[in-house]
Amino acid sequence: MKLVVDIALTHVRARARQTFVAVAGVATGVGFSIMMAALLQGSQQDFVRRLVDAMPHVTVSDERRRPTEQPGATFYDAAEIRGLKPQARRRGIKNPLATMAAIEAWAPGAVAPSVKVQAILRYASRDVGASIVGIDPRREAKVSDLPKYMRQGTITSLYRATNAIILGGRLAEKIGARVGSNITVQTSDGVRLYALVVGLFHSGVRAVDAGTAYTLAKTGQVLARQTGLVNEIRLRLNDPLAAPVAAARIERETGYKSVAWQEASEDLLNTLLIRNAIMYTVVGAILLVASFGTYNIISTITHEKARDIAIMKSLGFSEGRVRAIFVIEACLIGLAGALIGFGLGYAMTVVLGSIEIANPLSDVTRIPVAYSPLHYLMAAAVAIVSSFAAGYLPARKAARLHPVEIIRGAT
Amino acid sequence: MSAANGTPLIEARDVTRILPGIVPTTLVHHIDLKIGGNEFLAITGPSGSGKSSLLYLLGLLDLPTSGEVLIRGRATAAMPEEERARTRLATLGFVFQFHFLLPEFTVLDNVTLPMRALGSLSARAMRERASSILAALGLADHLGKRPDQLSGGQRQRVAVARALANDPPVILADEPTGSLDSKSSGQVFDILCDLVHAQGKTVVAVTHDLSLAARMDRRVELIDGAIVSDAPTPAAALGA
Repeated sequence: MKLVVDIALTHVRARARQTFVAVAGVATGVGFSIMMAALLQGSQQDFVRRLVDAMPHVTVSDERRRPTEQPGATFYDAAEIRGLKPQARRRGIKNPLATMAAIEAWAPGAVAPSVKVQAILRYASRDVGASIVGIDPRREAKVSDLPKYMRQGTITSLYRATNAIILGGRLAEKIGARVGSNITVQTSDGVRLYALVVGLFHSGVRAVDAGTAYTLAKTGQVLARQTGLVNEIRLRLNDPLAAPVAAARIERETGYKSVAWQEASEDLLNTLLIRNAIMYTVVGAILLVASFGTYNIISTITHEKARDIAIMKSLGFSEGRVRAIFVIEACLIGLAGALIGFGLGYAMTVVLGSIEIANPLSDVTRIPVAYSPLHYLMAAAVAIVSSFAAGYLPARKAARLHPVEIIRGAT
Repeated sequence: MSAANGTPLIEARDVTRILPGIVPTTLVHHIDLKIGGNEFLAITGPSGSGKSSLLYLLGLLDLPTSGEVLIRGRATAAMPEEERARTRLATLGFVFQFHFLLPEFTVLDNVTLPMRALGSLSARAMRERASSILAALGLADHLGKRPDQLSGGQRQRVAVARALANDPPVILADEPTGSLDSKSSGQVFDILCDLVHAQGKTVVAVTHDLSLAARMDRRVELIDGAIVSDAPTPAAALGA
């Protein structure tokens, strides 16, 4: 075996330029495969992160999956009852504090209550409909990215005034309000109050920025005319992927409709599956092209050594031994190419990840890239397997030839 | 004509080699030949008469279509490839018209290669043996050189040294002086003579040079793939 390795090493060393070209070819293939995989997976992870960050992992609302059974249906074993007046229920989640405490006891993550009310915002004779979300700023910071989205003021600014309000940037534009403006908030139930604008936020989602405002929970309860009302409990879990299990448990224990982010974004996640398929197809295609490049280079080298194969066979080297020399040689080139390709791929990924993209409507962002050992392993495996094949197949063919055929050709 | 125990070193029994194809080509046919120890045998004949083909069959580089080549009495056609390679390594040394040295290896490495493949000597013993063979052929100063740094005659002498590496009893040479100038040609031929007369080896050389063949001991002449004569040369007769 030592002889075989020595010959392979001598071949590789002696033909430095050819070896360099072959190694560079493999390294380029591996490097670009790694970079493309990093880019594709990075953009996918970024997409999921934005999706997950943009919403609570679990939203518990004061609704039920099925309509509440009417008292008439409970009392009478009739096939169908018509004309009964449905039982009216008080809005909101019952005992919200106890419910939150119960969830907090087992769910790893943070819980925050909110009150949602529809209202008209009025300022300078302009009326715009909006969703008013009453929040607890201290808890809110743990379940949503609202603090990150603040462009003016902070969410704790809500404590600054009796009826403080934070507006979406586009909503503020629509009514012409700025921080410090006193606006009127009026609900369909006739509740009307004056609120001081203490902050503006920009989430990047047009519908949210143009139609949402935040107040303290108690202000929301005043607008809803219901003291202690909480009609939504939101959770942010330490493990976002555990959301469906947590949602199912909350729904089982409380009876309230609990929606995990996966359920809320079912369509987007289906799109993600398609993206996944595209990503693996693209990376696979790149690896395939790279492997053909590797095969081409190494098989050419092996073909060029057909005469040496004949000489070694005439000396008394067996077919297996001759094959082993070229397979080792090809694998050495593949391995060296893969290692250099690792460095190249990593460097290109770093450079790509450092490119800044300026957007006037949001912060400066960078091209999302992902670093995963799997990318490197996959690229190296393809390079080494194709190198092996590129060495093995031509060497097998050459070693099977009678040396006479090659020697006669050479003379 | 025979080896010590009476068995020929190489024997061809009714050997025929036909190249398959749309029109099959017969290279040699119905060859019967026995080669013993310490013989200096020339295979001659016009171009295309099957000289080299016969040499390759005798050297196990090619397999007969029918018939059998025996090495020291052992049939080789049914041998596994691995065993045939080993027999070639231990028993036969080849010298071709072109040196066919491995270009990436030094002179010393080229000569030690068959020894390393056989694996019967220590690394040090291999180097010593290779150095002494090369020194005997006047190449002591060229051990570390690559083939492309040598003249044609020197390369061919290295090829002879490589053929001698495992001390095989038989050297098969295919037009060993064919690509050399007259001076180098004379040197290589003298080396082959010396192998037979001083070292007791058998040398089978294909040549179209009848003057060289005349200086050898036995001449086998081929025409159209068949042996037409097999007789001692006048030189051998005079020597005897």
